Amino acid sequence: MNYLEFIGFLQIVLIATTPVVFAGIGELVTEKSGVLNLGVEGMMLVGAVTAFVTLVITGSYLLAFLFSIFAGIFMSGLFAFLVLILMSNQVATGLSLTIFGIGLSSMIGKKYIGTPIDGLTPWYFVILSFLIVFLVGYFFYKTKSGLILRAVGESHTSAHALGYSVLKIRLLAILFGGSMCAFAGSYISICYAPMWQEGMIAGRGWIALALVVFSTWKPSRILIGAYIFGGTSIFQMHLQGKGFKFPHWVPFDDFFSSAPFFNMSPYLATMIVLVIISSNKLRIKLSAPACLTMPFYKGS
Amino acid sequence: MTNLFPSIVSRPQSSNIMNILVPIIAIILTLITGAIIFSLMGFNAFFALHIFFISPISSAYGISELLVKATPLALIAVGLAFCFKNNIYNIGAEGQLTMGAIFGGGIGIYFHDTNSFWLLPLMIIGGAIGGAVWAMIPALLKNKFNTNEILTSLMLVYVALLILDYLVVGPWRDPEGYSFPKTRPFSDSGRMPLLFEGLRIHIGLIITLILVFISWFVFAKTIFGFQLKVSGFSPIAARYAGFNQKILIYIAFGICGAFAGIAGLAEVSGPIGLLYRDISPNYGFTAIIVAFLGRLHPLGIIFASLIIALTYLGAEDAQLFMQIPAAVGFLFQGLVLFYLLGADFLVKYKLEFKKSK
Repeated sequence: MNYLEFIGFLQIVLIATTPVVFAGIGELVTEKSGVLNLGVEGMMLVGAVTAFVTLVITGSYLLAFLFSIFAGIFMSGLFAFLVLILMSNQVATGLSLTIFGIGLSSMIGKKYIGTPIDGLTPWYFVILSFLIVFLVGYFFYKTKSGLILRAVGESHTSAHALGYSVLKIRLLAILFGGSMCAFAGSYISICYAPMWQEGMIAGRGWIALALVVFSTWKPSRILIGAYIFGGTSIFQMHLQGKGFKFPHWVPFDDFFSSAPFFNMSPYLATMIVLVIISSNKLRIKLSAPACLTMPFYKGS
Repeated sequence: MTNLFPSIVSRPQSSNIMNILVPIIAIILTLITGAIIFSLMGFNAFFALHIFFISPISSAYGISELLVKATPLALIAVGLAFCFKNNIYNIGAEGQLTMGAIFGGGIGIYFHDTNSFWLLPLMIIGGAIGGAVWAMIPALLKNKFNTNEILTSLMLVYVALLILDYLVVGPWRDPEGYSFPKTRPFSDSGRMPLLFEGLRIHIGLIITLILVFISWFVFAKTIFGFQLKVSGFSPIAARYAGFNQKILIYIAFGICGAFAGIAGLAEVSGPIGLLYRDISPNYGFTAIIVAFLGRLHPLGIIFASLIIALTYLGAEDAQLFMQIPAAVGFLFQGLVLFYLLGADFLVKYKLEFKKSK
């Protein structure tokens, strides 16, 4: 790899990693408040299709992003109503949000598959992703509201006893997470791959969820995890493009040199990293918000 | 004066009537929402709902197709019930299904020119082992390394699908298959026998019913079923009673994987007859909804599998007659689960219009 190739490689890594950073940081804020939303993939899909369709109809990038964020707020608002007011199981509700999002997005986008649009330059968004991670870190550790949000995630009964409205704070955290996921989706359908295709998020939502565990719920580590992931997935594409083959003395070299193996490497890498991070039981126990997935019931 | 807003009161005991009523409420609300969505899209709501939910099952062929789709859903969902009852969130049944199809289907491809009574049973066992082995990975990672099983089981879905992809494009590809990536067809003795001439419904239905019945027996009548339930309700009580949570995790994952694997094998050796890329229209994920809609109870799961299978058929017809993408089926599936989880509230809590003090 010469100098120019390396710069090109870095650029692609930056562009490809940015959406996972947005979704990951959004989900991190939600989880910090004590709520696990497994609907990331679904919210990203709906965000992506909303932005794309809005852009095709109105021709305005600003409206596209705005509507996409509204869509994220709508989706996560639905989730919030179920888990906060009706106290439903967060895991099952998040899953149904994803399934609902898959259906809704392909219904909305049906007519627009293959419609060409002018993509937007991704660089502002790359910068924005770093900025948001920094702002979330600042919010958590340097502001009073950030402290309250973390307190709600660690012990909702104590926060309630101190007079903070647990449900209101969780609602805001969920809505922030939803709008970030939708924004990540709109980045994918407008900047990263300017098009709409069913299921185009391709598991990035789940990777974002894995990132939050990887980060041990610390904002700056979302960036580290995202770039390890982004780096490996672009690196494997690069190897694939070069026609890299394992030598024949490697067992199963046919399999390891095949395109499907390269394509599964990001998922395998995510699993390996998850195993390494979680094997330290104490670290997970100490860093995960203590009230994660617990519903809050005030009593009558 | 009564309060305008009802207050939420926790029931001392879960309401049994509500437990049965809630799925019905959820289905009715889904139908109403569906009617509204179809009207908004400019269709006659009654016409659309008729196409979606009535016309697919108004012939013998339609009912057979309904059972073809409900069979894998019910089998996987009952397997998932073993996990969900114990609060283990295995959401990778789609990968376990794929692995079952690969293991069992691999046997079928190896013996593609053999005709023997024992071939099909061997393939079924292969399918069960394939699914169980794949399910053991998240179980092992959870037990040994404390890794979140939701994420690992899901990542393994992508891995399993890509392994299938590798096999049908590479080493297992049919040499006479022209450019389409698929394997050789299984021999006739490697196919699930049909129950009725001319209909696609096959013996997998009987296998499913037997396994569902055995599961009901295990849940209701054995100590193991009791242990599962207790550890789900209260892990602390389970630990105090001396139940080994780790072994429960292995067994629950193993059973679930085996069931999903058999379902996958039944798909490829039933309606399909060979291996190729798209062997399952997301049965593994949809079965999660079936399991919850059926209240994790084997009988409930059978009813739920029929209803959800109907959304598949309806979506196909809607695509044909109304040019709506078939993914609208997922929309309905998501909605029904939303309403179910929301209405579940009524099982544990009640609304009281009390007099204000």
